[in-house]
Amino acid sequence: MAAIADSVALEPAPTKPSRGYWGSVLQRLRRDPVAMVALGVILLIVLAAVFAPWIAPADPFKGSMIRRLRPIGTPGYPLGSDELGRDMLSRLLYGGRLSLFLGVMPVILAFGIGSTIGIVAGYLGGWINTVTMRTIDVFFAFPSVLLAIALSGALGAGILNSIVSLTVVFVPQIARVAESVTTQIRTRDYVEAARISGAGGFTIVRVHVLGNVLGPIFVYATSLISVSMILASGLSFLGLGVRPPEPEWGLMLNTLRTAIYNQPLVAALPGAMIFLTSISFNLFSDGLRSAMEVRQ
Amino acid sequence: MLLYILKRIVYVAPVALGVSLVCFMLVHLAPGDPLTAIMPVDATAEQQAEMRTIYGFDRPLPVQFGIWLGKVLTGDLGVSIATGRPVLGEVARAVKNSLILAAVATLIGFALGSFFGFVAGYFRNSVMDRLASAVSVLGVSVPHYWLGMVMVIIFSAQLNWLPPTGAGPGGSADWRPDFEHLRYIILPAITMSVIPMGIIARTVRALVADILSQEFVQALRAKGLGEWGVFKHVVTNAAPTALAVMGLQLGYLLGGSILIETVFAWPGAGFLLNAAIFQRDLPLLQGTILVLAMFFVSLNLIVDVAQTALDPRIQRA
Repeated sequence: MAAIADSVALEPAPTKPSRGYWGSVLQRLRRDPVAMVALGVILLIVLAAVFAPWIAPADPFKGSMIRRLRPIGTPGYPLGSDELGRDMLSRLLYGGRLSLFLGVMPVILAFGIGSTIGIVAGYLGGWINTVTMRTIDVFFAFPSVLLAIALSGALGAGILNSIVSLTVVFVPQIARVAESVTTQIRTRDYVEAARISGAGGFTIVRVHVLGNVLGPIFVYATSLISVSMILASGLSFLGLGVRPPEPEWGLMLNTLRTAIYNQPLVAALPGAMIFLTSISFNLFSDGLRSAMEVRQ
Repeated sequence: MLLYILKRIVYVAPVALGVSLVCFMLVHLAPGDPLTAIMPVDATAEQQAEMRTIYGFDRPLPVQFGIWLGKVLTGDLGVSIATGRPVLGEVARAVKNSLILAAVATLIGFALGSFFGFVAGYFRNSVMDRLASAVSVLGVSVPHYWLGMVMVIIFSAQLNWLPPTGAGPGGSADWRPDFEHLRYIILPAITMSVIPMGIIARTVRALVADILSQEFVQALRAKGLGEWGVFKHVVTNAAPTALAVMGLQLGYLLGGSILIETVFAWPGAGFLLNAAIFQRDLPLLQGTILVLAMFFVSLNLIVDVAQTALDPRIQRA
């Protein structure tokens, strides 16, 4: 794609400047109403989490034993109160901080590690590729949920362990995509041409490979955020991630399970937040995929 | 064909070895000594050393792995630290319950997913297509443990139609196909079916749309074949891939059932795994994961072979 954009730029200057590849991606994305709404929701959730200390009406840790499990719409408790009498709205706002961090961080880490492994294995080929990809096959032999839970279970509960486990789950998936894209690019004529004209391995990777493979890997990584959000909150839901009294959507959902008979709507709220975030990331990723014309 | 099967088995063997290595290493990933969780706080250094010798934790890791693998191959998965019973028996009972739940969920998901996928693929860009796409996005985006809670809230807490937890009346630990037990499987199975439904709907939609755009369909129509006849051709062509996706989904559900089993207190492998984690019962943790992962590996192999048997065009090296 980048190669095509370059050749377009070399043509005699058009009256209207060419947008280039990323410009046209942005334009296609802007014309996709679903992706734009999803992006809007994501931004709203992120901003709400970032500015939680300023917009939250109450202290998310301060409870009241006589004001437990108030329904939605109670004066002073717009979204009700939880099983320890803490304000739900404030806890949901604050909860976004940890939930988003725990969901997005593993994908970012796995994007860095996985693409490096995949690009190196794909570019070098030969036995290094075989050994790397066969090792990765081993991790594909575990369903992701099982691997995440097994690793966190063995490492013990905690925020760091939860991030480590999910990163380990996503690295092989990203590495496999990176390897297959790199292997395709490596045999292209322009890479061959660069090699013949004396370009070193590092230069080829930097100029010709990275520009062409990072896009598809990035799109794939964004599609993982939705899964990662569900898994990260799931780990906390099982008691393997965040520890109480920290506000986090998965953990809140777990502690509110006892309230499903008294305040079912309040009990379901944290899960609805996970759902909203996850579906927004999914829809945005779908939009990005078609805007970047990456084939699955 | 036989050669192909043999090739696949040879290819799977190192993966299976790698899987067992990962399961073995899980215990040693855990911080501290694997025995600290069960040792009395006031155990002397000598007693601790003795326990370590009994469990073999004093030997070098590769030796421990060799001994462990040898035992695993003969079906000895060790003894649960918490209950003192053999791990294999505990896991077998739990996996049976999980398998029943996962199979029912996969069938529901496959039936609904194929229906939505076919309708969407046949009527591209219609209202039904949008609806089917929405259903599939919802299916893969919903946190299934939350959906389980919502199901319990609606059908147990509010309507009081179905039991919220367990596999049968009176905390029955074994699921049997009778009416009472059937009532218990409905909520967890429907909750679980949402994931394969979304994925199968998406796959079948793409398959059907692709098949309908191919020349042979045009040729069939040109020869005067009715819509029903064309439909049968589409089904035959879509079936191998759709069935393969279904098989893999069964494996994913079996391994990924822990969250749903926790919500519904379903006495399956996920529930057992949860117990093993919180009692820090490492042999049980290791054994459960090994059995589930090996099941997944075998299922992959079966799906691969079955897919090739159904559709020889896709034979891979």
